[in-house]
Amino acid sequence: MNPSEPFRDPELARGLARAIAREARARDYAFMEFCGGHTHAISRHGLEDLLPASVRMIHGPGCPVCVLPIGRLDMAIALAQRPGVILASYGDMLRVPGSGGRSLLKAKAEGADVRMIYSPLQAMALAEKNPNREVVFFAVGFETTTPPTAAAMMEARAKGLENFSVFCNHVLTPAAIRAIMETGDAPHLDGFVGPGHVSTMIGAEAYAPAAEAYRKPIVIAGFEPVDVLDAVLRLVRQVNAQEARVENAYSRAAPSAANARAAQITAETMRVRDRFGWRGLGEIAHSALTISDAFADMDAEIRFALEPIDAADHKACACGAVLRGVTRPQECKVFAGACTPETPLGACMVSPEGACAAHYLYGRFRTKVPAA
Amino acid sequence: MCLAVPAQIVSVSEGEAVADLDGVRLVVSTALLPDLAPGDLALIHVGFALARIDAAEQALALEALRAAGADDAA
Repeated sequence: MNPSEPFRDPELARGLARAIAREARARDYAFMEFCGGHTHAISRHGLEDLLPASVRMIHGPGCPVCVLPIGRLDMAIALAQRPGVILASYGDMLRVPGSGGRSLLKAKAEGADVRMIYSPLQAMALAEKNPNREVVFFAVGFETTTPPTAAAMMEARAKGLENFSVFCNHVLTPAAIRAIMETGDAPHLDGFVGPGHVSTMIGAEAYAPAAEAYRKPIVIAGFEPVDVLDAVLRLVRQVNAQEARVENAYSRAAPSAANARAAQITAETMRVRDRFGWRGLGEIAHSALTISDAFADMDAEIRFALEPIDAADHKACACGAVLRGVTRPQECKVFAGACTPETPLGACMVSPEGACAAHYLYGRFRTKVPAA
Repeated sequence: MCLAVPAQIVSVSEGEAVADLDGVRLVVSTALLPDLAPGDLALIHVGFALARIDAAEQALALEALRAAGADDAA
């Protein structure tokens, strides 16, 4: 049996939905599910239909592919186009549109050596197997994905690889929560469904400062439908009791404290950038990582003297507002028209964790207006 | 991108483990979870074992979830 099965039990889900309906009567609630993975779980399992009308779920910026500014993707494409470079990338990034409709996949079709990998260790192995080529790993992701990048760098160092480098775009979730709460047009929020898998690396307690600072409950949740409903119930209960603390509803996998080994290798190989641009949220202080001084020789930005590229989103793309929870995917002018998963104009439609993709795949039956 | 999947650990060796994801076997790094043991349930992400899923905690969680749903206000 798939270990996730018990957390997909429809009876369990319905029981929790009933409990939420009972306890969410006296007022309205607006909760942000931070992770794109939670947005997809909600859409795919029709959880909105199980929640009472008093509970509104607002998707957040927890899609690292979606929040990466176009300029950074343009830099990766430019790197891939350099002679002798092999750019190793996760599959999620390959079809994201950069400036001028370019993408890594299109660059590959035009002759750039872009390789899809599912692990940073595979990128490192490419460097071992191709000593005459420069292998650059396009590192993207929140804190779940960061320690694996760090581990690959440590191993590359141990093997004395000189042709391996990392183009680092790792971002930090607590900083994103801070930014959401501090943007001028922040939607009203009563609490957050917090990232379960990120918490396996940084520990659930990493969210305590945000809960305290903004006086909003944060419930760390797994990604199965029962997990999400459980989190919503706990959030409703905290709001009703006027509490604002971190609750770990994913204690079967996520500890309170950080994974020590992950923290150690991340600290050795990376350091916090002063600021980093996020699509939709602008420049956020201390929100992203770059390579540490000790590993500067593996920093692709240094090795290739990369010029920063500052590029604007496609004119019609509303990804920025969607990521802030201010615009719903169906409210974007090009949603399901010019912008579809096959012909994406922005990252939110092409990323497997994007809010627009989630709504396109699972939500349109609710909002489609029948032809007159 | 940031989603990890649960898998059964079949065997463990130096720095690596064989994980069974619903019948598919995968070699994963144990760099982040060095004391993983065969028979453990673990979350796998980008070729790494990230965290052990505690079976006892999981059972307790499921019990609590059933109770939360069964609580019927008259």
